[in-house]
Amino acid sequence: MSILINKHTKVITQGITGKTGQFHTQMCVAYENGKNCFVAGVNPKKAGEAFEGIPIFGTVAEAKKQTGATVSVIYVPPPFAAAAIDEAVDAELDLVICITEGIPVRDMIRTRDRMKGRKTLLLGPNCPGTITPGEVKIGIMPGHIHRKGRIGVVSRSGTLTYEAVGQLTALGLGQSSAVGIGGDPVNGLKHIDVLKLFNDDPETDAVIMIGEIGGSDEETAARWIKANMRKPVVGFIAGVTAPPGKRMGHAGAIISGGKGTAQEKLAVMEECGIKVTRNPAEMGKLLQSVL
Amino acid sequence: MNIHEHQGKELFRKFGVPTPRGIAAFSVDEAVKAAETLGGKVWVVKAQIHAGGRGKGGGVKVAKSVAEVRDLASRILGMTLVTHQTGPGGRLVRRLLIEEGADIRKELYVALVVDRATQRATLMASSEGGMDIEEVAAHTPDKIHRVSIDPRTGLQDGEAEDIARKIGVPEGSIPQARDLLKGLYRVFDECDCSLAEVNPLIVTGEGKVVALDAKLNFDSNALFRHPEIMAYRDLDEEDPAEIEASKFDLSYISLDGNIGCLVNGAGLAMATMDTIKLFGGNPANFLDVGGGATAEKVTEAFKIMLSRPGLKAILVNIFGGIMKCDTIANGVVAAAKQVQLSVPLVVRLEGTNVDLGKKILAESGLPIIPASDMGDAAAKVVAAARGHA
Repeated sequence: MSILINKHTKVITQGITGKTGQFHTQMCVAYENGKNCFVAGVNPKKAGEAFEGIPIFGTVAEAKKQTGATVSVIYVPPPFAAAAIDEAVDAELDLVICITEGIPVRDMIRTRDRMKGRKTLLLGPNCPGTITPGEVKIGIMPGHIHRKGRIGVVSRSGTLTYEAVGQLTALGLGQSSAVGIGGDPVNGLKHIDVLKLFNDDPETDAVIMIGEIGGSDEETAARWIKANMRKPVVGFIAGVTAPPGKRMGHAGAIISGGKGTAQEKLAVMEECGIKVTRNPAEMGKLLQSVL
Repeated sequence: MNIHEHQGKELFRKFGVPTPRGIAAFSVDEAVKAAETLGGKVWVVKAQIHAGGRGKGGGVKVAKSVAEVRDLASRILGMTLVTHQTGPGGRLVRRLLIEEGADIRKELYVALVVDRATQRATLMASSEGGMDIEEVAAHTPDKIHRVSIDPRTGLQDGEAEDIARKIGVPEGSIPQARDLLKGLYRVFDECDCSLAEVNPLIVTGEGKVVALDAKLNFDSNALFRHPEIMAYRDLDEEDPAEIEASKFDLSYISLDGNIGCLVNGAGLAMATMDTIKLFGGNPANFLDVGGGATAEKVTEAFKIMLSRPGLKAILVNIFGGIMKCDTIANGVVAAAKQVQLSVPLVVRLEGTNVDLGKKILAESGLPIIPASDMGDAAAKVVAAARGHA
């Protein structure tokens, strides 16, 4: 098993005809069962056409109706990406994965408000997506560094996820799923949501949780772990050296009003019994030590 | 993006948020003319820089005559203002705001921020205006009141009136305070602010509620739809290295150490800085070259890092995903040749086409120090920066 997605997942790609959408769709189709998973694209101006054999529909609702897809991935440019999420939510998909970086916060506040009481889960925006190794990848991560196995990975950062996955694979530890929740301040699934899924997944034995400065989601997750998690969790937080008030690349990676420091997060995680490392080169070894 | 107080107040007035009358001045003569135009008997001469704490640093002074305005303007313009937010180097004052004096009866605090937990805008207000709000939050948190704003309705009359009462706005001034707060929310929402702070918001002797200060930050992801706010950008207030980097779509922030780092991905870039520190070194910058780094981008990144005085070494840390290691290796070789690299260079490559990338570096003839993982890379670059390469 795995979380969120598996080899049976049917995926719609919103923004399939753009340069980024085309490239990553090719990579995703080439990965494991991708050919059977990526069943539809959406572009209102190109309905009826196809990209590499994948039919293009005018709307998400139509794509869902015709293909039975339950998940979408979004590569739509930032000014239009929140509306693309809204469309997927209105079509009542199970999961929307928004890769797009640079969506205005105000748009996301409205989109998140619209999502209240709806069934659709959102991953991202500004995230690498998620992968269930050996089955399917939906997003921009390099598939070949992964290996099927029993470790869960959840992270706000793309390349740090790859770093953790690379270390695990080198140690012979495969992954059940690796989930990038993204670096934006207003987003969908948070560490705690993904940890709950890993906790309930019989094929995940332990989890690496990677955070960064800004907000307090890691603290919230750590307290939940202490009270509820039945599996070992190890952690790393990026940004111990980040100066306050500066946005460190990700829109959400900022220490403001003295809040959201890496030190604070690490302290709460340790209080909650989570083993943490200050050395990102040791994430894999730390996880191995708790098995 | 930040803007100046006088620009923020201009925006406030457009949305019906009352401010004192004021005029921006770029020279002493302009300051004097502004005072004369404003009239009255008392003026405030305010240094305009993108940092808080200006009053304590000596950048805000009261003048009781036009001659005094001239004297204060000549002293403040051109001074290097050091505040708790500027860092020890301070900031050169290039412009002033000349404002009519205000009759202050009460000093209050209001701000709008994005609350990540509720995923909404939150209005924060306190009776303790004029103080450092972080201090108030730490010592008397019960004096800070909050309203979470429904994005569908905006700030409602009842909510605005209720919070105005809680922070001690006199009853007769409540309707005006309500309208001011609603105007402030409109500024925040319609202009895509990430912060709109008024400290202090004052009640005058006549019971008028006025924004005596204006601190606005904007969501840089939303500036594409606000050319009117982009026009407020003041490049003099920004780090030249950061401006240069932004031209090449590089995400760069100057730090005070001596080890440059070039990384792909924001999280990995932060983690690389942290690892350098962990091994006893000090990073000179944050630099994310992004997923689509080309030889040109890498070259520009090297130039920017090398322009820093006192730079002792550079660490390149790449986890190639979509970006292939051979591409980055070619970029590093081309850049190192073009910029005539003067400091030791440690390179750690991992991921897609790593072997090819390493081969390119090894055969380049450049004195590149290869590293096997992030820890090894940090240890080597710290040693190199100390002259033990």
